[in-house]
Amino acid sequence: MAEAVLTRRRRRSWRLILSGGWLGLVVITAIFAPFIAPHDPLAQDLLLQRLPPAWMAGAEPGYLLGTDGLGRDVLSRIIYASRVALTVAFVAAPVACIIGSVLGLLAGYYGGWVDQIVSRIVDVWMAFPPVLFAILLVAVIGTGLHSVILAIIVIDWIRFCRVVRAEALVQRRMDYVDSAHIVGLTRAAILVKEVLPNVLPAIVALLSLEMGIAVIVEAILSFVNLSISTDDPTWGGMIAEGRTIIHFAWWVLVFPLIVLFLTVLAFGQFGEGLKDRFDPVLQ
Amino acid sequence: MSAPFLDISDLSIALKADSSHRLLRSVSLNVAPGEVRGLVGESGAGKTMIGKTIFDILPHAVTVLAGSVRLGGQDILTMRHRDQRQLIAHTSALIPQDPLTALNPVRRITGQMTDRLTAILGLSRGAARDRALQLLGEVHISDPERVLASYPHQLSGGMRQRVLIASAFAAEPKLIVADEPTTALDVTVQKQILRLIAEMQERHGTALLFVTHDLGVVAKICRKVTVLFGGSVVEDTDAESLFAQPKHPYTAALIAATPRYDRPEESLLPVPAEVIESTWQEIRRADAAWSEAGR
Repeated sequence: MAEAVLTRRRRRSWRLILSGGWLGLVVITAIFAPFIAPHDPLAQDLLLQRLPPAWMAGAEPGYLLGTDGLGRDVLSRIIYASRVALTVAFVAAPVACIIGSVLGLLAGYYGGWVDQIVSRIVDVWMAFPPVLFAILLVAVIGTGLHSVILAIIVIDWIRFCRVVRAEALVQRRMDYVDSAHIVGLTRAAILVKEVLPNVLPAIVALLSLEMGIAVIVEAILSFVNLSISTDDPTWGGMIAEGRTIIHFAWWVLVFPLIVLFLTVLAFGQFGEGLKDRFDPVLQ
Repeated sequence: MSAPFLDISDLSIALKADSSHRLLRSVSLNVAPGEVRGLVGESGAGKTMIGKTIFDILPHAVTVLAGSVRLGGQDILTMRHRDQRQLIAHTSALIPQDPLTALNPVRRITGQMTDRLTAILGLSRGAARDRALQLLGEVHISDPERVLASYPHQLSGGMRQRVLIASAFAAEPKLIVADEPTTALDVTVQKQILRLIAEMQERHGTALLFVTHDLGVVAKICRKVTVLFGGSVVEDTDAESLFAQPKHPYTAALIAATPRYDRPEESLLPVPAEVIESTWQEIRRADAAWSEAGR
């Protein structure tokens, strides 16, 4: 018995710990931004323009990552910008996930005309250039957080739909689906009880990955100034501002870029780690 | 002799896309309560298609052209869908070919076994669990508690097949279709599983349709045999007379092709091309008559 317990215990996954740790840190700083950020992210001070990070010559104490061209604290702006990024990630990705997964499951499992309709819609969607689509959408309904979220949902639900449909197609042909049918379970019951649990690991991994993608899309849209319309900081916006003064103050561009990179990477890795956890065969 | 529980008569199925080419050609076959019937044929003869028709789980691309499949006198092909599923669930069970894909990989054995008991017999969760433990004991699993708590991949192929056999007999079905249940197992385990199925069948008095391509297996456990070739029945007889005096040349050739340790020089002979050709000619004549009658 003791042996069984030992093998049952889950191996420590550094992938999950590191990516989860980083995401936890970002989430906490986003929630408690007013308490954590050392400065007002919007406060300009032209006397403190382009201060370098704390460990370089000419730094001012209290400005850990330096200041930008208008004398605003880079660290505080990064912290506040994570609020926008995470809002987009945690709203847009799950909604896209639900829409895409439900349609994908129905198409893959029921097949026939349901599959025909869903698959043709996906075909049409894929033929449309996504960035153009996003810009068009923002242009029509105006800039703002809502438009960014809507754009991501409208564009990225097909990502879930395609993967989930393919998985459901495979599962539908498995003998255990036939067995469930013989036992007298209805098709809906089989879909929820037998097929969905097998597709779930893929959905979870994709959801986490999609959150990272949502963060990137938001950064791209704010880089081209199509995201939120107020002065609130965003990672993409900071990178855009930093680009113009890269020769005098590289830190304005580099630090938000690093945070963006780490966050997107962590979302992807977290999803992969969770997928392994969800899959009993891999444990 | 009691009335057959499973009674298939003149069953013809074909691809929806091309109904002129039949996959099953007017197949008739029956299994009486408590009887074991072997269904023998080479790959592609339509053995599995017959099994799938009995449970009405044919692929979407296949359609039934004619004939009936009766379970206890009721034709499942003309019933309302809901009644049909109920009838099948309550009277019949399948022991599948591949024990790996027949169990859901992400669910523990407990749920997969008790689902059937709660759904069909209306047992409570606790009662269903007790019954599952008892059934696992019946198939000679020594630590049923551990097996119930396991995922399918944590069990060996033979163990999984035992679980599936226990599941098949769980709700006391009148008919069990065993679709080449030993094909995916290695030889030593095959023998145990075969003995186990025979033992369970005898204890429960179930009608058993044993689908196989192995005449050796048929000789061991079947009373009646149906030989299938190219989707049509070439011989339907007792197991003894099949081996003593096969009526159809294809059956005789099939018996001669079976490996035998006692008479190695008379066994493992290839089926002669003339026999296959003449059997196909027979089938084509029957096909022509059938489409003539259709018009």
